[in-house]
Amino acid sequence: MREFLTESVLFGAVLSMVTYGIGCWIKKKIPHPMVNPLLISIALCILCIILLKSDYETYYSGAQYIGYLLTPSTICLAVPLYEKFELLKKNYVALLCGITAGAVGSMAVVFALSMLFGLEHTEYVTLLPKSITTAIGMGVSEELGGYPAITAAAIMVTGITGNMIAETACKIFRITDPIAKGIGIGTASHAVGTSKAMELGEVEGAMSSLSIVVAGVITVIFAPMFAPMI
Amino acid sequence: MKYLKQMGIISCIAFLGEIMKAILPLPVPANIYGILLMLGALLSGVLKVDQVRETSNFLIEIMPILFVPVSVGLMDSWEILKGSWIQYFVIAMVSTMVVMVVSGKVTQFVIQRKKGDREDA
Repeated sequence: MREFLTESVLFGAVLSMVTYGIGCWIKKKIPHPMVNPLLISIALCILCIILLKSDYETYYSGAQYIGYLLTPSTICLAVPLYEKFELLKKNYVALLCGITAGAVGSMAVVFALSMLFGLEHTEYVTLLPKSITTAIGMGVSEELGGYPAITAAAIMVTGITGNMIAETACKIFRITDPIAKGIGIGTASHAVGTSKAMELGEVEGAMSSLSIVVAGVITVIFAPMFAPMI
Repeated sequence: MKYLKQMGIISCIAFLGEIMKAILPLPVPANIYGILLMLGALLSGVLKVDQVRETSNFLIEIMPILFVPVSVGLMDSWEILKGSWIQYFVIAMVSTMVVMVVSGKVTQFVIQRKKGDREDA
């Protein structure tokens, strides 16, 4: 029975969807911004895989089919971007200032904390590109001599954190402008954060999408300058 | 049929993005090329929003769940991570919060200052 469950190609896909469904159900019962369907789903998936004595490989052989939609889905972020293009043109100075401050700030914070924790060069450059989208971030990490797999893990933790704290952080720090919210969320936590921004509103989503692209580019340019500092 | 056609268009653009990544020697992933291509096509009028709207709304809506499979992979990185996971974790969490606030605040500040300027004039 257990073998049948875990060896079926649909096991991973079904597990992902059902756990996400449970996450949404819990969110409906407890509508707190920190209750996060994505995190609940990930935790339940890992728990099920361990309890069924299966492994990630088996899970992923089915779940990857869900992941295939990620590229088309990311590309669709261009649609809200297009629909809010006038807003984008009107505010481009503010957007560029905000994203640059965030992207450079991200690397500065990683630098400061790495110094504080006494991390080595390799560990430091592994974390440098942690705020940008996985595909660019892993490339930057590899180029600087970091561990791309750990960069990917750090990027995920960043995304999930951003997704979870977005609403609370904007409220506490009085970020009320929807454009500013979107830029903050997207610059800090790439596409995973953007999926939260999309739920907050169209403007937030469009601005967050824009931040993924621009923050990625800025990080590619500035990371090599930050790298030799430790 | 409509959804199939829309999915076809989106897939084509995704594929063009893959081709650009293979040809161009830049450290840019295929999905970023894809976003730019899609935006370019919409802005230039080659593609109408109506030709992709429903499917793209659907794909954006289900986006969070698409991150589940890769994120579960964290369980496999554990072996390499366990030595200094606390440091990594703290750095990832703290920097995310700082960046979100800094980036949002700077954007908001510039927007409001610009609004102020216009009201003064």
